[in-house]
Amino acid sequence: MTATETVSASGLQAQERFKKYKKKSQFRTIWNRLKKNRLAMLGLIIFSVILIIVLGADLAFDYEADAIAQHLSQRFKHPSWQHLLGTDQYGRDLLARVIYGGRISLFVGIATICVSLTMGIVIGASAAYYGGWVDNVLMRFTDMFLAIPHTLMALTLVAALGNSMLNLILAMGLSNTPRMSRLVRSAVLGITEQDYVKAARSCGAKDSRIIFRHILPNAIGPILVQATQTVARSVLTISALSFIGLGISEPTPEWGAMLSEAKSQMRYHANLAVAPGVAIITSVLSLTLLGDGLRDALDPRLKN
Amino acid sequence: MIRGGKSVLRYIVKRLVMIIPVMLGVTLIIFSIMDLTPGDPAMMILGEGATPEDCAALRVEMGLNDPFVVRYCRYIGNALKGDFGKSYRTRIPVFQEILNRLPYTLCLAFISIFIAVSLGLPIGVLSAVKQYTIIDNAAVGTALLMTSMPSFWLGMMLILTFSIRFKIFPPLGVDSWKCFILPAISTSATSMAALLRMTRSAMLEVIRQDYIRTARAKGASECRVIFRHALRNALLPVVTVVGMYFGVGLGGAIVIEQVFAIPGLGQLMVNAIRDKDVPMLVAAVLFAAIIASLINLVVDIMYAYIDPRLKSKYVVVKIRRRSAS
Amino acid sequence: MSDNLLKIKDLHVMYRTDDANIYAVNGVDLSLQKGRTLGLVGETGAGKTTLALSVMRLLPDNVGFVTGGSITFDEFEVMKLSEQDMRLLRGKDISMIFQDPMTSLNPIKTVGSQIDEVLELHHPEQSATERAHQVDRMMEMVGIPANRKGEYPHQFSGGMKQRIVIAIALACNPKLLLADEPTTALDVTIQAQVLTMMNRLKSQLGTSMILITHDLGIVAQICDEVAIMYAGEIVEKGTVEDIFEGTVHHPYTVGLFGAIPNLKEKTRRLHPIEGLMPDPATLPQGCYFADRCEHCTVRCRSESPQMLRVGETHRVKCHLFCNQSGV
Repeated sequence: MTATETVSASGLQAQERFKKYKKKSQFRTIWNRLKKNRLAMLGLIIFSVILIIVLGADLAFDYEADAIAQHLSQRFKHPSWQHLLGTDQYGRDLLARVIYGGRISLFVGIATICVSLTMGIVIGASAAYYGGWVDNVLMRFTDMFLAIPHTLMALTLVAALGNSMLNLILAMGLSNTPRMSRLVRSAVLGITEQDYVKAARSCGAKDSRIIFRHILPNAIGPILVQATQTVARSVLTISALSFIGLGISEPTPEWGAMLSEAKSQMRYHANLAVAPGVAIITSVLSLTLLGDGLRDALDPRLKN
Repeated sequence: MIRGGKSVLRYIVKRLVMIIPVMLGVTLIIFSIMDLTPGDPAMMILGEGATPEDCAALRVEMGLNDPFVVRYCRYIGNALKGDFGKSYRTRIPVFQEILNRLPYTLCLAFISIFIAVSLGLPIGVLSAVKQYTIIDNAAVGTALLMTSMPSFWLGMMLILTFSIRFKIFPPLGVDSWKCFILPAISTSATSMAALLRMTRSAMLEVIRQDYIRTARAKGASECRVIFRHALRNALLPVVTVVGMYFGVGLGGAIVIEQVFAIPGLGQLMVNAIRDKDVPMLVAAVLFAAIIASLINLVVDIMYAYIDPRLKSKYVVVKIRRRSAS
Repeated sequence: MSDNLLKIKDLHVMYRTDDANIYAVNGVDLSLQKGRTLGLVGETGAGKTTLALSVMRLLPDNVGFVTGGSITFDEFEVMKLSEQDMRLLRGKDISMIFQDPMTSLNPIKTVGSQIDEVLELHHPEQSATERAHQVDRMMEMVGIPANRKGEYPHQFSGGMKQRIVIAIALACNPKLLLADEPTTALDVTIQAQVLTMMNRLKSQLGTSMILITHDLGIVAQICDEVAIMYAGEIVEKGTVEDIFEGTVHHPYTVGLFGAIPNLKEKTRRLHPIEGLMPDPATLPQGCYFADRCEHCTVRCRSESPQMLRVGETHRVKCHLFCNQSGV
């Protein structure tokens, strides 16, 4: 090999090593930055605890017996060792209902992101990739959907489709799709315009390589932030819908529905109204803190 | 002094023209979604004892068998004349019912956005200027709590405290102005918290800008720097969002009306859904959505007056044309 | 001695961040006489901007601190002034212009009102019309038609924006102008225009100036005196003849000159200075330039050099010249 060839070979080697180092350290830097944010870490811990409690509920309670079955002799019991939060007007253990209610809320929340993310990626990526009139039409439609307030949209969809679980998820997913497609589109567009993508193209890199190596890793950040916000928002929306009677129906425990029942009882049994509310606040707060922390950790500009 | 008056007018007209397809789109979306509702309207109107022939005849009479486009255009045509159909349940013109209810909901929505703006913005500014102090931490903490709180739960807690415990405000109904206080506070909480956080972060962003440093280098007092330089720049992005939060407030009002038994549009919608009264529901949702869009438009126009970069975009074009000719 | 407009003595400035303390300025001695222009030269991160901000007391709150030394401006002890008194100085007796014209102006205020503001702050006795005349005068002086004063910054090019910034800085006829790399962000042709204009204004108004730059060419054009800064210290200072035509120099200065492409001589490669400036959070013992210096000795690594006299007006901070002058 000539001198120049040896140089370029070792140069390539160095390049490969650098690339590996770079990829690993990018996630690491973001994670380190996130770790420093105490509030975000608090949010992460609280949410993890909630997840554990909700998923492990069957270890402490029996769904049918504690949350569904009515024990009219046990109505309105005060908090005691047997029933840590007391019982409701049908004698059901309040704590059990709150925890199982959490399952529903989380399930709906995650299902909502899946739906809105899938549709959002399809719409947003197509708009960004094809550009031109496709982009225009898709974005005009998105604007129209966005012009309708979120709760109203969900309400309309549920009214039309009915309130089975599947329809609820569909309704919530659809009402979150416009925002998600907007996000995906701007993430993809923003990146394709960057110089380093143009540089990659000029080096002869294939489109798929560009998409996977450059676009996706950079788009994941804002999408992740939006995902936490979407789960938080959908917990609030589903509870609102259930509160007005359009969401999850009895006797399935759901925080909003529980609050709706508690309203007539709260004069003398405030715990029925407080407990589900606190549950909602805790879940949404932890997600919001986490989302904010993620957003700050992904932002390359330092805060100070 | 309003500079560039004519060019701002041009911007307003442009925006007004653009809002029409958006509103048509909104009506189309709502109409098509509601079209998916299962059930036979004719049966609902005539009641259980109706024969299939009667139902079929009524369907033809109401034009329910026509293709979608025809029905949609007919609906829009009628709507523009003020005819939104008759309620399936009460046979009263829908428009009348909505007009009865609308003022309460609008009142609630406007009061709530007013509270949100007049509390959220100043506290956000204060929080940013006194970053990391107790005021800032308290404000941000409270705001975080309020964004995580469902408005109807806040409403219930307020009723517990101020209506049941302390008997200051009535919990239900619309008999006096006092009845609007608790509902308005409940609806405004989310928007206020969001506006507070937005204002705070916008101010923090602006204070770090170079032109703030220039202002300080001129010898301006800190007070002047904040109010004359930072504030106006920071409020620009916040103003654009106020319109959106009006829409959020409108959505919140729907739920709050259930808590406080306010006979507004929200209650109308909920009843209509329960009774499967499609014309009522379509009209109610339509009204709400259109009003939200119009408020957004108003906010956009206001923004044009505040941000000189938008104004001058049209003035510059004029100058270029003049010098070219 | 009383001719000295600005006298900086043994100034130490530190930035306190979450991670570490950054020692940006480490014992700087400088003086500037009335009507003279001092070029402050050095790489990015040498501490030049920090020095200028300290003179104006514009270091970021709670982050930047003056930990030692004194700054005397026109017989005022700058560090001992109250904030109110300092504000009287800023914009009126001492002005500063910054590097990036694109972001130095408030985007939602007209350029006329921004020039007018500095007049309003420091000449409250003037009426609005008098101020308006002065604004027109300043704009003409920097070469921008006065009828454009109702326009907004985004309607001007970068070079014109910088001129407006200069107009603001000179509107109250300050005694001292601190210019932090005023032409770095501009094209070369615009650079020349702006520099010529600054030179003209300077002699017209009798303003003293500290010009911060990393470009030796600019220094040669318009400065009377030069100070070379490295890692928060002044390593060489003197008149512009001392620096450009003198025979003895600090090794860093030699490196700076060597890195400039030479139009006259035929060169095959540029000679950049090897290595990087030391991390301002962990400064080494002894001479800060030791790691990059060809003439480094054992003494250099353990003992910090003193500022030594190598000519009437020429000072160099290096152990190499110990024998020549005595301490």
